[in-house]
Amino acid sequence: MELLNLLIILFIGGAAAWVGEHFSKGLSRWISLLFIAVAAVSLLEMLSNIPAPTFLKDPITKDPTTWLIHGRADWIPRFGISFELALDGLSLLLVVLTLFLGAVSVIASWDEIDKHQGFFQANIMWTLTGVIGVFIALDLILFFLFWEVMLVPMYLLIAIWGHEDKAKAAMKFFIFTQVSGLLMLLAMITLAIFVKDANGYWSFSYFDLLDNNLTSSLATFIMLGFFIGFTVKLPGFPFHTWLPDAHTQAPTAGSVILAGILLKTGAYGLIRFTVPLFPEASIAFAPIAILLGASGVVYGAILAFGQTDFKRLVAYSSVSHMGFVLLGVFAWNALAIQGAVMQLVAHGLSTAALFMIAGALQHRLHTRDLQKMGGLWQSMPRMGALAMFFIAASLGLPGMGNFIAEFLVLAGLFQVYPWLAVVSSAGLITGAIYSLKLIQESFQGAPDDTLTPPDFSALAMSAMIAMLIGLIVLGIFPQLVLDISQPVINALTSEITL
Amino acid sequence: MENLPLVPLIPFVSAALLIATAGRLPKMVVGLLGAGSIAAAGLLVLNIGIEFLRDPTPMSIHLWTWISINEFKPAFAFYLDGLALVMMSVITGVGFLIHLYSTEFMQDDASFSRYFAYMNLFVSAMLILVLADNLLLMFLGWEGVGICSYLLVGFWYQDPANGAAARKAFIVTRIGDTSMALGLFLLVAELGTLNILEVAEIAKERWEVGATIPTIACALILGGGLGKSAQLPLQTWLPDAMAGPTPCSALIHAATMVTAGVYLVARNHELFMMSPLVMSAISIIGVATLLLAAFTALNQHDLKKILAYSTISQIGYMFLALGVGAYSAAIFHLMTHAFFKALLFLGAGAVIHCLHHEHDIFKMGGLRKKLPVVFWSFLIGSSALAALPFTSGWYSKDEILLATWSVPTLGPWLWAGGIAGAVLTAIYSFRLVFVVFWGEAKTIPDKQPGLRMSAPLIILCVFSIVGGLINMPLEQVFPSQTNAHAAGPVAWITMTIAIVGVLVSYLLYLRQQINVEPILNKPALKKLRYFWYSGWAMDALYDRLLVRPYKLTASLLKTELIDRFYNLIVESSVASHRALSITQNGKLRTYAINLVVGIALLAAFLTGIV
Repeated sequence: MELLNLLIILFIGGAAAWVGEHFSKGLSRWISLLFIAVAAVSLLEMLSNIPAPTFLKDPITKDPTTWLIHGRADWIPRFGISFELALDGLSLLLVVLTLFLGAVSVIASWDEIDKHQGFFQANIMWTLTGVIGVFIALDLILFFLFWEVMLVPMYLLIAIWGHEDKAKAAMKFFIFTQVSGLLMLLAMITLAIFVKDANGYWSFSYFDLLDNNLTSSLATFIMLGFFIGFTVKLPGFPFHTWLPDAHTQAPTAGSVILAGILLKTGAYGLIRFTVPLFPEASIAFAPIAILLGASGVVYGAILAFGQTDFKRLVAYSSVSHMGFVLLGVFAWNALAIQGAVMQLVAHGLSTAALFMIAGALQHRLHTRDLQKMGGLWQSMPRMGALAMFFIAASLGLPGMGNFIAEFLVLAGLFQVYPWLAVVSSAGLITGAIYSLKLIQESFQGAPDDTLTPPDFSALAMSAMIAMLIGLIVLGIFPQLVLDISQPVINALTSEITL
Repeated sequence: MENLPLVPLIPFVSAALLIATAGRLPKMVVGLLGAGSIAAAGLLVLNIGIEFLRDPTPMSIHLWTWISINEFKPAFAFYLDGLALVMMSVITGVGFLIHLYSTEFMQDDASFSRYFAYMNLFVSAMLILVLADNLLLMFLGWEGVGICSYLLVGFWYQDPANGAAARKAFIVTRIGDTSMALGLFLLVAELGTLNILEVAEIAKERWEVGATIPTIACALILGGGLGKSAQLPLQTWLPDAMAGPTPCSALIHAATMVTAGVYLVARNHELFMMSPLVMSAISIIGVATLLLAAFTALNQHDLKKILAYSTISQIGYMFLALGVGAYSAAIFHLMTHAFFKALLFLGAGAVIHCLHHEHDIFKMGGLRKKLPVVFWSFLIGSSALAALPFTSGWYSKDEILLATWSVPTLGPWLWAGGIAGAVLTAIYSFRLVFVVFWGEAKTIPDKQPGLRMSAPLIILCVFSIVGGLINMPLEQVFPSQTNAHAAGPVAWITMTIAIVGVLVSYLLYLRQQINVEPILNKPALKKLRYFWYSGWAMDALYDRLLVRPYKLTASLLKTELIDRFYNLIVESSVASHRALSITQNGKLRTYAINLVVGIALLAAFLTGIV
């Protein structure tokens, strides 16, 4: 149960940050960073105890002892609910991403928050706790618990520290997630009841539920419950409309966490639960899911182009990019799933960086309106150059991780649905159109000489440079990431063929 | 030859340094880094070239496996053969001269360092493009040069028009690139590899010549080439791309990047030979483009735009050569064109530099005596462009046209198109020389090009004259030409046709013997000339067909129609809340009535009356 330490550290870190505010203003930010660092060290410690070959060996999905780390303790034995935590290559990548972007989000809102700094940091830390819980919980009820845990502090981040229209955006975010979460909970319980009838004992453990012999019509219904729950979070077309509002209104740290990490829980759920639990139903459903993915890619990109709000534009670009994830998951071959996983990591970095730039601009100019910007390169060349870099990454320029992701997804998709791959490839063009509009209207064009906002601080620069290096490493040495997820994907694709 | 990877690495490191220091280095150091890194890469290429020519066996250098998923294993690996060597030499050789020239041309620019960072990055990406041993790595270089082109076209970002030109260049080429990416997906799905040699080998085993799949694959990949090389129907971006600094136009939009499409087809010629249909299409596109662009060049009066359309036209000749299977002629023309077109662009840069940024050729004139070095550059460059006998362009263009003639069925038609283009080329290139350098002086130059600008011009003059004598090591790369070259009158016409064009130009623009003004100004002809001037109205066509509908769709969807559905749920629950809250009005009377009515209904229901 060493994995529990991660959750405890982050949870206590949140409480400590809250308390820390009373000792000195600004202390809570450092407390957050410190506890994130401690969590990272404890993760490293855990990993160092695993013999190196284990990382490269294909696990057996149904056998938790073949996973990297696994622990289980009884929780509500009467219903077979346990405190079951496990880690494999896929969750490892996402946990690392969460910790990294957690630190970035703290830095992103370094000077932005005046009111209740401690409680703000506490909410960041508790969101991180919930997200990491989601990535490592393998008991469905426990998973659902964390799914809800990450929601509440995120809601507070938007509702308390958000911008002009925060109450409505927070509520919209909450209701969308809540309703879809309810569907998912119902699906989980139904699944468990049927498995109990077959096996004769209650269990909510992922490893027990994998062996369900549901009839196909029932499986389709339950699968849809899971699918909608995760696709709303992803967000997939047409369930995405909460996202632009939530992103736009959230404080910078909120947007960074939301886009960088929270969306990834939806993708993770699809890969981890939806397809493996209901393979036949997923096969039948794949064309529709891929159609939704392709629609999301193109629709998100066209809407991004229509926006005049910096953050809203980036938010819609996320809709487009997450469409690729849906494509990758339901194409269900090694190339496409690897592409989807790479997209999770690369999009996490590139979008977090763009939201950080958006936040920095709003902090300096008090507007997100692109029509009121222009020529900012002149006064903020560092921020301009970084914006150019991250925009290039996000439009899928080779040499950065996002390209590897999109290329693999589309190459994999082409093998199963060539025509839908052709349609989705339009995203490469539409992506360039909105991306270049964004850089043109903010940093290029005629400068306003009355504006001389200060450039990025050294601390912000360090976070940006870290993300920049990360994206280049992902683009040039993607195998570092692919190697970690490959065994999991090998196991999944060999056990399940769509 | 083990140091081959250093060739792209050196300019890359220099670019990274320039970006990291963000303009804090003194200009002297920036210039040394910027031009010096290309010089170093060039010397390395020279060294590698000497070694290669001594033992011309192609070699691969595998650096690391880029991606490895099951059987799909594209590598970061370079492949050196005669073709790669020719391309590297042009990129670093001409590239160095242009960088040297830039150190003077850009001297007074505040963003001196940013300029060289982009230029170095470009050279690095271009070198990766031509060295890549697989199509995925080539695509990295391919997109890399695309973004550098975008950055340099929009270099003076303060003017939104430059930004618009830059975006147009990137997006139009991106359309081609997406087609190319689809071609790569198809190759991965069908052949399981993107390694260029393996693709050629497996394709020959699995596919039959002329079958559907190789035709689709070649057509898709060709799409990338059409975009990058500004060929029909994706040529519209290049004239706008002239918004960038002139030396970058010389490097990117004349000598190197725009010829990447030619390189792409030449490099994959074994694949393209699987589809005779696509090959014919290439030659027809080439002829159509070269004629269209030549007519437009004839009607431009912006110095750089004339050169831009001329570039489109000359690349049309290279595509024609590719289409008829004369690969080495295509690469030959690519090389000579790099010399004389870089020369012309750098010459144009010098004119613009010395003439207070004047672009209109009819506001120049009489510069022959005032700017002698530039005059000779233009004269030599234009002679080579017009393919006057014994200049470099003459050798390469002749080779193309003679090879074209001997192609069965289509050959003579394509040849006739090429000949017509050659006449037009000679007319417009000497129109340029006569109008700018003879006649009365309308603008007086306020400075003279210095040594760092003159030296590259002089060196390129030499290459534009004698470049046709260079013997390229391409025998092993391409199949030898099977068609016999044309002889007799066809050969004579091909070799001398340019002189006719120069004579026409002389009569029209210098001696002005024939007064064509009244004819040209006839309404019908005026419209036609405007049609040509506008690039055959293709910008307007695309605007109506693509740009406006896209913008319209975006503005229609902007309000997020899907959200209306979710809002409907919200509104209906609010409405039903209102409707139901009427029943709770706190009036005893209402409650009593409700109670009685309720009981009555219940009783009626239970007793079975209702």
